[in-house]
Amino acid sequence: MTVIKTSIGRRSFLKTSALAGGGMMLSFSWLAGCKPPDETVALPKEWFELNGYLKIGDNGLVTIMSPNPEIGQNVKTSMPMLVAEELDVDWKNVIVEQAPLNTSIFTRQLAGGSQSISQGWKSLRMAGATAKRMLREAAAKAWQVPVDEVTTEASMLYHKASGKSASYGEMASAAAKIEVPAEVELKNNSNFKIIGTSRNNVDGQKIVTGQPLFGLDYRKEGMLIAMIAHPPAFGMKLKSVDDTQARNMPGIKDVFTIKTYPEEYALQWCDVDSFPELVVVVGNTTWEVMNARKALKLEWEQFPDHELTSSTFWGTAVKIKVPGGLENSTQHTKVMAEFSAKAGNVVRKDGNPEAVFKKAAKVVERSYAAPFLAHNTMEPMNFFANVTDDKAELVGPIQTPEFMEKSVAAILNLPLEKIDIQMTRQGGGFGRRLYGHFLVEAAVISKRIKAPVKLIYTREDDMSFGVYRPAYHALYRAALDENNNLIAFHVKAGGIPESPLFANRFPAGAVDNYLAESWTASSNISVGAFRAPASNFIAGAEQSFLDEVAEAAGKDPIQFRLDLLDRALNKPVGEKNDYEAKRLAGVLELVRSKSNWGQDMPNIHRGVSAYFCHDSYVAHVIDLKVESGKPRVEKVHCAVDCGIVVNPIAATNLVEGGSVDGIGHAMYSGLTFTNGTPDQTNFNKYRLIRHKEAPKAIDVHFVESDVDPTGLGEPPFPPVIGALANALYKATGKRHYQQPYLGEGITLG
Amino acid sequence: MATFNLNVNGKKQAVDVDPETPVLWVLRDHLDLVGTKFGCGMAQCGACTIHIDGTATRSCMLPVSSVGDQKITTIEGLSEKGDHPVQKAWLEHDVPQCGYCQAGQIMSAAALLKENPTPTDEQIETAMNGNICRCGTYVRIKAAVKTASKNLNA
Repeated sequence: MTVIKTSIGRRSFLKTSALAGGGMMLSFSWLAGCKPPDETVALPKEWFELNGYLKIGDNGLVTIMSPNPEIGQNVKTSMPMLVAEELDVDWKNVIVEQAPLNTSIFTRQLAGGSQSISQGWKSLRMAGATAKRMLREAAAKAWQVPVDEVTTEASMLYHKASGKSASYGEMASAAAKIEVPAEVELKNNSNFKIIGTSRNNVDGQKIVTGQPLFGLDYRKEGMLIAMIAHPPAFGMKLKSVDDTQARNMPGIKDVFTIKTYPEEYALQWCDVDSFPELVVVVGNTTWEVMNARKALKLEWEQFPDHELTSSTFWGTAVKIKVPGGLENSTQHTKVMAEFSAKAGNVVRKDGNPEAVFKKAAKVVERSYAAPFLAHNTMEPMNFFANVTDDKAELVGPIQTPEFMEKSVAAILNLPLEKIDIQMTRQGGGFGRRLYGHFLVEAAVISKRIKAPVKLIYTREDDMSFGVYRPAYHALYRAALDENNNLIAFHVKAGGIPESPLFANRFPAGAVDNYLAESWTASSNISVGAFRAPASNFIAGAEQSFLDEVAEAAGKDPIQFRLDLLDRALNKPVGEKNDYEAKRLAGVLELVRSKSNWGQDMPNIHRGVSAYFCHDSYVAHVIDLKVESGKPRVEKVHCAVDCGIVVNPIAATNLVEGGSVDGIGHAMYSGLTFTNGTPDQTNFNKYRLIRHKEAPKAIDVHFVESDVDPTGLGEPPFPPVIGALANALYKATGKRHYQQPYLGEGITLG
Repeated sequence: MATFNLNVNGKKQAVDVDPETPVLWVLRDHLDLVGTKFGCGMAQCGACTIHIDGTATRSCMLPVSSVGDQKITTIEGLSEKGDHPVQKAWLEHDVPQCGYCQAGQIMSAAALLKENPTPTDEQIETAMNGNICRCGTYVRIKAAVKTASKNLNA
């Protein structure tokens, strides 16, 4: 039993009461999952709030607030499950509501880094345990018995000795008056009743019936529609606007320009300043605004080299050089080759790699590259804003509400408490909605036109605005001795404009002589985090390379990796290795056994891969079949160690999705540039994986674990790329070094 | 601007709009039926799929003037109680991740099963290929279509 200090004080309780109770809640009840799961259950006459996370109705219904943004990672179901577990409530009596941004109650209301569950693991359980303790104390008081003798189960309170019992609903009113305990006990893992059991998506019914859930679905009386026009190329800014025709078109209210960030404003890491001035068209309906925007006559000009000051996620100020000029993909390829041929910054060095490479019996050297990628959430960027003189109401899809609240407050010159951010369900995130420029733009537009407004991006706006996954390159070298032992390893990795290198991950720690170098090339194309940043490239490169090294050494690719991991576990090189060799070996062993690795099957070509990121371990085996000359992924076998699995049905879905996502992007997707302009701005040219190309089956296996949960949204994505490349090699006899692999004359399905 | 008398989910609806307005935006902006989603605006992703006289159609490039008296069915009108076999199968398989594309997927699947109640895997893939799921729920979608097919024919 873990005893933890509560951090839910009376103050936060009172503050939430004002926010979450009464009229305020009604005004955004369209967002809430507030329909009882079973329609025959009536809503309670009165709700009693025990803390900011939950309230209990007089009839026993429990409303649990889900604090974090829901982007498809299913936290709106799995986070409330943690509260419900410790509360000992029957899940069928639970209603889930999306919490608004409220930093006085909730911590880390952010969707990023695959950390919602791991960071909420204690705080959410504490919220449930605190309320349960208050219910027990209320019952003990009412029954005049010691609190330790009051037990709970499935929304009921019991005193065994006297035979007394009461429902949570009956005791809720009294419990709300109990002092918040200073510390509470959390359950032992073995006593979990909800955690570890499959619970379907709490928004499932609303999704399949098309209820308004997403930002783009939000509507408010008197709301106008806005769209922006941004420069057609990176490296360009607005020169002149002729809106004579546009502003006289039907339904158009206004056309004007905005500067999203004022001169004196200090940019945060999640602000995007590639297009500082935008043209805005505001009107009554989307179609009218789209048409008027087409009638704008806009001139653009190039901007010179300049420097921006921004800050990191942790708040450290950084200077960023933004070169002028219009960039081309052909130039990017050249730049990457040039950097790769030069010495990089040495990030880690063990032993004497240079000398060992010279005396090696065999050296394998390969280079890998991948293009920029657009996130392409299915729901394009959008946000609702209603800004008045003294407050701002913002509703929509955002992964970083806490950070954007600060941006908006500074830009509108309003105190933080006057900024109200409501999170809708989000039609995908993948990192794109960490960067809330669209929220700021909506706020600035609303302030200017003094009306509620919904800003909408088209797919083209979205795909050409930037915040891309950087373009990456990695050079690998491996030295083998005459007995085919890996005696030295060298990686030199860089990107435009960020490096994908993780110098302290596998195979660091497993090779005596190791060198990791990094480089970056500047660019005016804006980039950002994309599902499993950097890992989304480097895992595929590294795992493809290891496959080739294993082959050169004449070893089975799984056994080759396991031998290295054995070395890293028992006699690690260096002290900074940031992965657990045992757990990485664990997923490889699991996928080896579950996939019957080593068993030959007719027309099945297999590739393996394993990777660690976001504190979790994932290994894939891909079975490719060649049908009428085309490879098709017959099956993906996937082993995952993410600690305790909170909600298996959703976790499995996420692993399946991550696997499909990795295969799709490695195979088909890429963004290229001509004179600063993206060559692909919609799905006719930018390819995403489709039904016919998807794996026919995906088998997901979780390592049984008692370790606190670690990341799951991102870890299944990176390694599958290596497994795909390695299986393609087996199927076609050709190694793949350049993503998307489709460009190398291969198609799936 | 012109007035169009539409038949949407069995209900007569009059709208006064530019004849070129895509049905998608008539539904979303004028009729407050937002279940039909905007994804690409060029009939490439399938998020806007509706039924026109029972046939799966992308509404984002379909001018309202071309509909006439054909019956428009949206996700909101697929079933009265949200219990169409396809919707039920979607819940049973817990298909959605973000959920944004799923209305379009469901509309494509429902139209397929109406035309072909027992599709093969290949027929499912072909019929659904115009619907992108960025979260990658394809395997579950296929399983759900098969479950719906089984239940329809039970």
